[in-house]
Amino acid sequence: MTDLSVDLGFIKLKNPVLAASGTFGYGLEFEPFIDLNRLGGFVVKGLYYSSREGNPPPRLVETSSGLINAIGLPGIGVERFSEEILPRLQKYSTAIIVNVCGESEEEYASVVEFLDKREGISAYELNISCPNVKQDGLCPALSPEATFSVVRLVKKTTSRPVITKLSPNVTDVVEIALSAQEAGTDALSLVNTFLAMAVDTETRKPKLANIYGGLSGPAIKPIVLRMVYQVAGQVKVPVIGVGGILTGRDALEFLIAGAKAVEVGTANFIDPESTVKIIDELKEYCQNKGVERIETLIGTLKT
Amino acid sequence: MLKDPLARIVGKKSWGDYFLLTLESSRISAQAQPGQFIMVRVNAHLSPLLRRPLSIHSKNERIIEIFFQITGLGTELLSQHNPGDTLDILGPLGRGFEAGERLKDKNVAVVGGGRGIAPLYFLSKELDSLRASVRVFYGGKSQADLPLKEKFDEMNIDMTCSTDDGSFGFKGFVSDLFKAELEKFTPLHIFACGPEAMMKKISGIAQEKNIPAEFSLESIMGCGFGACWGCVRRIKRGDKEKWVKICEDGPVFSGDDIIWEEEDA
Repeated sequence: MTDLSVDLGFIKLKNPVLAASGTFGYGLEFEPFIDLNRLGGFVVKGLYYSSREGNPPPRLVETSSGLINAIGLPGIGVERFSEEILPRLQKYSTAIIVNVCGESEEEYASVVEFLDKREGISAYELNISCPNVKQDGLCPALSPEATFSVVRLVKKTTSRPVITKLSPNVTDVVEIALSAQEAGTDALSLVNTFLAMAVDTETRKPKLANIYGGLSGPAIKPIVLRMVYQVAGQVKVPVIGVGGILTGRDALEFLIAGAKAVEVGTANFIDPESTVKIIDELKEYCQNKGVERIETLIGTLKT
Repeated sequence: MLKDPLARIVGKKSWGDYFLLTLESSRISAQAQPGQFIMVRVNAHLSPLLRRPLSIHSKNERIIEIFFQITGLGTELLSQHNPGDTLDILGPLGRGFEAGERLKDKNVAVVGGGRGIAPLYFLSKELDSLRASVRVFYGGKSQADLPLKEKFDEMNIDMTCSTDDGSFGFKGFVSDLFKAELEKFTPLHIFACGPEAMMKKISGIAQEKNIPAEFSLESIMGCGFGACWGCVRRIKRGDKEKWVKICEDGPVFSGDDIIWEEEDA
């Protein structure tokens, strides 16, 4: 029997595959396609305190092996999430992680403060790295000081585990990772999308109404893998790899490079069964290679 | 809504850059309603990355059909598939047309522009089986853009055509043809699909005459089933305006709710 479970310290996942925020709705959207119980966990769509509309369309543009989105974090807010969604997720025995957003540090804190009163949340993922909500892609994850400050405040506010999701749009992601660790984050997820754009040459207009968006998908995977490898070698907290994972082999690359778990994002759009297929492929790999516990593969890159 | 990773192509027809593919998928067919769509993976590779949303053009117990025009890489790759190949599809998705019993024995107008005719064949068949008195208006740039005329004729549906260049039928836009015909008959309900500018005109005409109308909208979609929020459209709901998902709240909307896009200067 292959053991696919991974221990993040603050939570033990039944397998290392999580669904990434923003690509998995509130989880319920995937009920027709997969058994959510099979997942290591899933990260629900980013929540601000209040409901939000998001950006005007066009919000999506497809690029070579990639997708640029400027959705702009529309959502139902914490109250409706707690009333309408959370009770329907309770029946699942999988880690439910809430992606937390804020216009200000105080908003991040008030979101977790509100949700702390509700059962059934395994951890928070701090979205300090969405490139689509402020002009020019500004977000706390671009600065070590802003990262430290918001992570510290949220950690003071809640006793639940906190995963900090970092941005790739920085010169030195290790510096930001260390800053989040110093502020007390329990884990890091690497990375959010890459600030990007596309131009319609017929009209000479940007292809996204927001001009900029965030690039995801297989196009970014090698860069994210490099970042995960760099950060995992420098921090003590677990690192979760997210960026362009479509197959079990992709997920394995991240685990071998040092990620304790992975998040599957854009793949959910292409194939809503992606997450469970990846889990099956991980199991098959372990069986074929005689690996009894997948945890023994983590960080085993031979250099 | 379900996934059929192995829907077999059992028929293919083409007219220039218009294509009709017949797919064997009894489970999706069993659930499909007029105006709903499927998400199709056009190949097994990473480019293009996303599925393509395509209206269900018709169905019977076993099969569904899709009708499309080559408009980019996705539809071009899709057009290269042949009978015997299989396609990975999701569906049926979205909210379709409201073609209910209330339209029995009533006059109903169906207006299609270009490839927008795709979902209207399924709808017309449904309306016909409800014994509604259906008139279809089908417009294209030129005669070559009306490939489905014969298919409607075979169904004995009353069809009037227009072409922008006058190569067949009424010369001018289908919206102008429709407006002229409304002097002669009064439908209880209007259904339309086509270019934004055409639907906007039809919506204006319908409002002027106080006839309820439904429109099927098109959008780039990330997932097709409500998870990505990529395909939103501004809609009026009561006094409020909001972004709704075309894939889940649509693709069919009431003309009263749609906020039409300004024409590009």
